[in-house]
Amino acid sequence: MYDKGKILTGLLVFLVLLTSPIWYNFALGKAGTPPQLKVGTKEKKCIEPTAYMISSHMTLLNTWRNAVIRDGNRLYTAGDGKQYDMSLTKTCLLQCHTSKAEFCDRCHAYAAVQPYCWDCHNAPEEKQHEIQ
Amino acid sequence: MKFNKREFLELCGLSALGVSALPLLKLRAGQVQPNPKAMVGKRWAMVINPGACTDNCRECRVACDQIHNIPHLPDPKHEVKWIWTENFENAFPGQEYQYLEASLKERAIPVLCNHCDNPPCVRVCPTQATFKNKDGIVLMDYHRCIGCRYCVAACPYGSRSFNWQDPRPFIKEINKEYPTRTRGVVEKCTFCVERLAKGQIPACVEACTGKALVFGDLEDPQSEVRQLLSAHYAIRRKSELGTGPQVYYLV
Repeated sequence: MYDKGKILTGLLVFLVLLTSPIWYNFALGKAGTPPQLKVGTKEKKCIEPTAYMISSHMTLLNTWRNAVIRDGNRLYTAGDGKQYDMSLTKTCLLQCHTSKAEFCDRCHAYAAVQPYCWDCHNAPEEKQHEIQ
Repeated sequence: MKFNKREFLELCGLSALGVSALPLLKLRAGQVQPNPKAMVGKRWAMVINPGACTDNCRECRVACDQIHNIPHLPDPKHEVKWIWTENFENAFPGQEYQYLEASLKERAIPVLCNHCDNPPCVRVCPTQATFKNKDGIVLMDYHRCIGCRYCVAACPYGSRSFNWQDPRPFIKEINKEYPTRTRGVVEKCTFCVERLAKGQIPACVEACTGKALVFGDLEDPQSEVRQLLSAHYAIRRKSELGTGPQVYYLV
């Protein structure tokens, strides 16, 4: 290989630059600490198993949205037989996760996603929390 | 290893079977169904008797605006309206003539989305955000609306309003039970599909003090709308356009 030194050095510099955000966070000591969520409910169980809710709540919400708007099916029977009104505000927020700022927003901010649900859907009034 | 054509084909078949069974693994046990209390109808429609409409009464609009979080914007060009009133000549431009009965001429006609049988707004929507549901109601899926306003141009009744700005600051009191809209989407009357789903009649019909608005199922011969239509002559707005409007006016 010609110019082995230059190429390898270049590659190394490129890799370091590429991964620099990771090193930066390591240096500041805040890497890999997921946010502490306040679930805000006395319910023992999520609508579906918790692992599924964590990984796929957006899929479930999309299913709900299509079922409600397109087909007029507004009642959801969960795997355990419990029935829920398919409503983001009335079921998800008012029944369980009373604090959007401490539950939804904290994790979305950590994951750097900006879902636009709340442009239209109503969230219960709460004190303005600092999103961290 | 010997691997003949037969074995290869068998393996292909088995793999295809395996792949097609994959969705089963992801399937959730959750089932969806309509609310058992929902009003059941095959073709919702409205009959309006302008003669019973009281002068200067706007209860239908007030109720609708309040329940559906409709903003009151200062600029009339940005007005958002689901149900409102028009002069006879504007509601029925083809039916107006100089010597029209004075009471009709001066009367405010309640107008709203006609929930057409053949809705032009649905035909032009590039994202299928607007659609006709199984009960004949023309609906919007705001999540899919990209704000192109083709539907606004296609609707011959002016029944669609575009949100030029964030409506929230202009809603006096937000009804938490119903979502607002956001900047950049079109909105329209839904025949109160969310109320029908709970077994309630549309808000404007409920609020009407003069019983000028009647709502019902056209496919049910015993329904009040069918009784009214078989007993009276009714006209529809711009039916000559072939849209098949399903709001009938008794004259």
